Amino acid sequence: MTAPTDTWTVAGRTFNSRLIVGTGKYKTYQENADAAEAAGAEIVTVAVRRVNLSDPSQPMLVDYVKPDRFTFLPNTAGCFTGEDAVRTLRLAREAGGWDLVKLEVLSDTAHLYPDMIETLRALELLIKDGFQVMVYCTDDVVMAKRLEEAGAAAIMPAAAPIGSGLGIQNRVNIRLIIEQATVPVLVDAGVGTPSDATLAMELGCDAVLMNTAIAGAKDPILMASAMKHAVIAGRQGYLAGRMPRRLYASASSPMAGLI
Amino acid sequence: MRRIQVNGEERSVAADTILALVEELGLDVRKVAVERNLEIVPRSLHGQTALAEGDRIELVQFVGGG
Repeated sequence: MTAPTDTWTVAGRTFNSRLIVGTGKYKTYQENADAAEAAGAEIVTVAVRRVNLSDPSQPMLVDYVKPDRFTFLPNTAGCFTGEDAVRTLRLAREAGGWDLVKLEVLSDTAHLYPDMIETLRALELLIKDGFQVMVYCTDDVVMAKRLEEAGAAAIMPAAAPIGSGLGIQNRVNIRLIIEQATVPVLVDAGVGTPSDATLAMELGCDAVLMNTAIAGAKDPILMASAMKHAVIAGRQGYLAGRMPRRLYASASSPMAGLI
Repeated sequence: MRRIQVNGEERSVAADTILALVEELGLDVRKVAVERNLEIVPRSLHGQTALAEGDRIELVQFVGGG
């Protein structure tokens, strides 16, 4: 077990779980809720969309993934400008009553990488409006610093394109972003397997955010549990400090006393 | 009846306030957020915010997302 004191804090809120899960792409809201429980998540990301006026009795996310059980992290998925992001998150704040949000301002729908110039501008608008902003970004080390200087509550570089499951493509950049940051750094997007999540944590990430890696697994509940353990393993490995790499072998059994 | 736009669709509604509109549409007032002509209408003001002809209303909720 992770020591109970090993918590992390973002925007003044402290959490034990270092695994944030998305709530998209599940077959049902029930499966979604079960996966979030199996992941041990305390924070879930959510999107803001128009209600369905033709069938108001449709099941709603909040009836299954309950806001009194999870901290909701509203996102700006689908926003392409700072103004869109501010408008969306003002509605989210009204719907949920809190100010901790995830900013993502996308560019091209083929790769879903964020438009970092517009992201930085949107961040400034949101901070002026009183939001605490966790920012989805590219793994650009210099831009990550700019976001932090602009007041980001957390830096969340993509490991690989959203939903690709390709794992960490540039571990050097992720490590450099972690080393320079004084706010939490989370790998957000691109994780495919438990080992990807472990690697992110071994690099020193404060937490990992994923959606498709769990929702897109053959057994999402089992994968959620695997991811929970993977994140804990990576975190403990990071805290324990890895052995030095060597170019040659180093025997574990003593040479003395050989028969 | 007044003609307004709700979530991009033209509608004729009997409601004269935001609260009455949400109820007329069969929605749970605790689970939706309301924007009227690009301005947020806080839940505490739903009952006293009047609807006017031509208003553009957005009613949103949380849905699954990553």
